[in-house]
Amino acid sequence: MEAVVAALVFAFGATFVYQSVKLGFRWGAEGPQSGFFPFYVALIICGSSLTVFVNALRGKAGRRDESFVERGQLWKVMQVLIPAAIFVLGVELIGIYVSSAIYIALFMRFLGKYSWVKSVLIAVIICVALFFMFEVWFQVPLYKGTWDLTSWTGY
Amino acid sequence: MQDLAYLFHGFAVVLTPFNFGLMLLGIVLGVIIGVLPGLGAANGIAILLPLTFTMPPTSAIIMLSCIYWGALFGGAIASILFNIPGEPWSVATTFDGYPLAQQGRAGEALTTSFTSSFVGAFFAVVMITFLAPIIARFALRFGPAEYFSVYLLTFCSFVGMGKGSPAKILASMMIGFALSTVGIDIVTGQLRMTFGLVSLLKGFDFLIAVIGLFGIGEILLSMEEGLAFSGATARINPKVVLETWKKLPRYWLTFLRSTVIGIWMGVTPGGATPASFMSYGAAKKFSKDGDKFGTGVVEGLVAPETAAHAAGTSALLPMITLGIPGSPTAAVLLGGLLIWGLQPGPLLFQEKPDFVWGLIASMYLGNVVGLAVVLSLVPAFAAILRIPFAIIAPVIVVICAIGAYTVNNSMHDIWFMLGFGVVGYVFKKLNYPMAPLVLALVLGNAAESSFRQAMLSSQGSLGILFSNGLVGGITTLALVMLFWPLISKGLRGVLPSRAPKTPAEQPVD
Repeated sequence: MEAVVAALVFAFGATFVYQSVKLGFRWGAEGPQSGFFPFYVALIICGSSLTVFVNALRGKAGRRDESFVERGQLWKVMQVLIPAAIFVLGVELIGIYVSSAIYIALFMRFLGKYSWVKSVLIAVIICVALFFMFEVWFQVPLYKGTWDLTSWTGY
Repeated sequence: MQDLAYLFHGFAVVLTPFNFGLMLLGIVLGVIIGVLPGLGAANGIAILLPLTFTMPPTSAIIMLSCIYWGALFGGAIASILFNIPGEPWSVATTFDGYPLAQQGRAGEALTTSFTSSFVGAFFAVVMITFLAPIIARFALRFGPAEYFSVYLLTFCSFVGMGKGSPAKILASMMIGFALSTVGIDIVTGQLRMTFGLVSLLKGFDFLIAVIGLFGIGEILLSMEEGLAFSGATARINPKVVLETWKKLPRYWLTFLRSTVIGIWMGVTPGGATPASFMSYGAAKKFSKDGDKFGTGVVEGLVAPETAAHAAGTSALLPMITLGIPGSPTAAVLLGGLLIWGLQPGPLLFQEKPDFVWGLIASMYLGNVVGLAVVLSLVPAFAAILRIPFAIIAPVIVVICAIGAYTVNNSMHDIWFMLGFGVVGYVFKKLNYPMAPLVLALVLGNAAESSFRQAMLSSQGSLGILFSNGLVGGITTLALVMLFWPLISKGLRGVLPSRAPKTPAEQPVD
């Protein structure tokens, strides 16, 4: 895992080196060109990720490898991450309030093992409270989504 | 003396009912944020920042800095009662705090830690009061080269003072710099690193990074551990408080040592977390009860708490005088200043004395009020931790999403936040430090433009970084810091090895 991440970081750095070279990393007519600074930054990224990579392969830092995540832990993390991603997609489509209510309710129902009534009730209360806090008191409009389901409130 | 007059004016500003109310609100919010795992001072302030856009800047900074003080206090509650550090800097607090609570001395432990925090913060504020104007006056003479050398020192200090792999610190820092270059080049106006994507035009906002890395990343991490809270009950009554206060002056030396360590680590961007570990280690070494540390020794609670608060507070010194934050939270406050249209740096003292001295005065009052609030409301805050994680976790994710959206009113930012969350989780697992990434992202543009200006004036010669005593000295110090891991290895080869470090010393967060 250590090595994989180091490789990804290296790839990230390499992309930036490539982009900087395209922009021009040398000394232009009016001084350093746009790619000048990112070029050296990206070189350091590549250098340091290479160090980490080599260390990982030599087994120096590789001890952590076995304990990175166990299958059970990974499953738990995914249980949070995937719904969170779906939640964000939901925000994009149906807006922050409706999506949040559904997300909180489902999270409580399936991961928290609460009853349906309790989950839905708490989720709705939280979202109504958020709605009043942002839209009414602080007057900060939040994202209502592509299909605005809360337009009937007039905000 | 002029400065003292300003300070008293600052007190007057803070004591208006509106500002005082915001201060109380900030402290209470801060303690809640500090108690909850997954919400920390940095991302808590980042999330609440957009709500302050309509306030006058002075009121806004008072509220936000009080959230910071509150979070510093709040971290201790979760550590002592539940053995869960609410904040990275309160990890060292759990070593002796939780055993004390298990022995039924929770009240004593809480009083000790709050009082130590207060003492640490108080001395740090006194230091800021006297040093800040002097540094600001001095810094007025700085040119681009001087600024770049100070930036260099800031970032090299991470490598020199950080625990953990220097290569990882460097990688994480440079990723921050690289991300800061995405978007429009501020010097030439050219687009770069956007890969033709419109959503990357504006670049990455560091507030989004903070919310994602610290908020979402932390939630994923807590979830993996499958948090089940079981804690000691806390009741604090005035009698316990007074009895504890009677005992504390005995530890004056620990207070003093921890304050010095804290201030030093706060001003150089070591941050509160390593400061608390260092101070704990030092106290253990020098105390005559050193062997008993970890079993519930009051001194072992005094040391990390004093240092963490001293560091957290003094991290604001370089921020207000030079515009260089000493910690991620200070970086978020700095971002706030920019949004309110204030240019942080030495000129702030001359152009906006109201603002600067209002902030400093609010540090004094915020800590006094904070101490009173936490001492009186501990049971209420501890009750928050009894809310099941299955409710807290999705609510925090929702709040993070709202916070990310309100920064720029942009839907893309919520996706970026999620991405940063995954990165934060992986980095945390692999011990890549995140503070350098955030600071580099904040300071990237400023560091780059000062570097390019310096290079322009010297026609591309790096010699300008050694052109006079001041800039040369700072640069040399920076280089020493950068190569400190190598130097110390070399020294260790020559000198006989010292006592082993505290086993619990961890890499910088």
